[in-house]
Amino acid sequence: MVNSKLPDAIPALVDRAVQGDRRALSRLISRVEEGGLAAWSALSLIYPRTGQAQILGVTGAPGTGKSTLVSEMAKYTRRHHPEVTVGIVAVDPTSPFSGGAVLGDRIRMRDLSGDAGVFIRSMATRGSLGGLARATTDVVKVLDAAGFQLILIETVGAGQSEIDIARTVDTVIVVEAPGLGDEVQAIKAGILEIADILVVNKADRDGVQSTVNALHAMIDLGKSPSTVLHHGRLTTIQPASTGEERWRPPIVKTIASESKGLEDLMEAIAQHRAYLGEHPEGQQRGRMRAALELETILREALFNRLLQATNVAQLELVVDRIAARELDPYSAAEQLLA
Amino acid sequence: MEKKIRILIAKPGLDGHDRGAKVIARALRDAGMEIIYTGLRQTPEMIAEAALQEDVDAVGLSILSGAHLTLLPRVVACLREKGLDDVLVFAGGIIPDEDVAPLKEAGVAAVFGPGTNTDAVVEFIRGQFQTA
Repeated sequence: MVNSKLPDAIPALVDRAVQGDRRALSRLISRVEEGGLAAWSALSLIYPRTGQAQILGVTGAPGTGKSTLVSEMAKYTRRHHPEVTVGIVAVDPTSPFSGGAVLGDRIRMRDLSGDAGVFIRSMATRGSLGGLARATTDVVKVLDAAGFQLILIETVGAGQSEIDIARTVDTVIVVEAPGLGDEVQAIKAGILEIADILVVNKADRDGVQSTVNALHAMIDLGKSPSTVLHHGRLTTIQPASTGEERWRPPIVKTIASESKGLEDLMEAIAQHRAYLGEHPEGQQRGRMRAALELETILREALFNRLLQATNVAQLELVVDRIAARELDPYSAAEQLLA
Repeated sequence: MEKKIRILIAKPGLDGHDRGAKVIARALRDAGMEIIYTGLRQTPEMIAEAALQEDVDAVGLSILSGAHLTLLPRVVACLREKGLDDVLVFAGGIIPDEDVAPLKEAGVAAVFGPGTNTDAVVEFIRGQFQTA
């Protein structure tokens, strides 16, 4: 298996990846990340095998300890459930100036090295702004199809608006740390509204209790974060369910660097999973995810189809006329679509 | 989307100085490449496994401990064992001139000593992959 050359053809690559060839899996992830028709044909081939994994997202401000926490969650899972294999996708930002990136999340995941039941992949955002890369969801599908049962996504150090994670995962874990943001930050932060579980990491630091209190107050205040404006349109983040049935995000204290609090966190995750299984919200989320996914694919497909149907020289001419202010972009779009 | 050049920068062995590795990582990032930095004290097996998982085009090894003649060929061997035959390996650090030839024989494509201009490293990588 090791010595044979990797096939270029997508179906052959998919075959090898789903049969457990890690090198083929890794190459398949790259092909999916590059996008285009090859990516689509791969995703369409693997789709029937997806939907099996539990997908968790970990987000929060830079410096709260996301990478360490993700590493500890994977370690805990591997120790207590050795039969569960873990895929990790760690996203870091691409430099808007050079298009390059330094992806450093593996530094904190050193302990997982050498465990054949763990696969870690670093991704650069490549221009995407929502805290994930455009292809993160697709890469998660590849890991899912390859049989990883638990998939952990670590977003870029996110502050207030990087909430794409909420439309990708089953359970959103928002990580805070004492002394990073005061209560005003907590009130501003849109990111708290997508939390299914709140983690106060670095809980050996001063000010833990005031962070916990601020978060409790925040949860009690913000009972109806059902719609937000995203990508220019109103979408539902957490479809509201009624009364006491509704999930109240628990607050879990951890010290990830000392492996403390992991049991409580994993228990909270299990409870949230059970909740989603028993309440309509779980199905609603799945449907919302499907709708958004279809919308994204349609948008890309329609745009590509338009580009194919349009003469490039003609398009350039239209751009020139807009730049020269002879034509407005709205009328131009109407004409191109006509 | 165009193919990005992905490079793993790793420090094999026990020396704890990663200034050079970070400078190179940054220079390559500024040249538009995606750099996966793994941190200190990596074994050759860890480096090869990370290279596999990240599907990198090249692995850059920074080593100041003097153990390069032992460790670098082992990294190359571990990569080849995993079937990563086409991954380019280059090295930097304190490596005496007379050690360069044996390292190249062992599969290290280039060795950059102290004082190397980072542009030289960028040019070398670009030359290997013919992408702007």
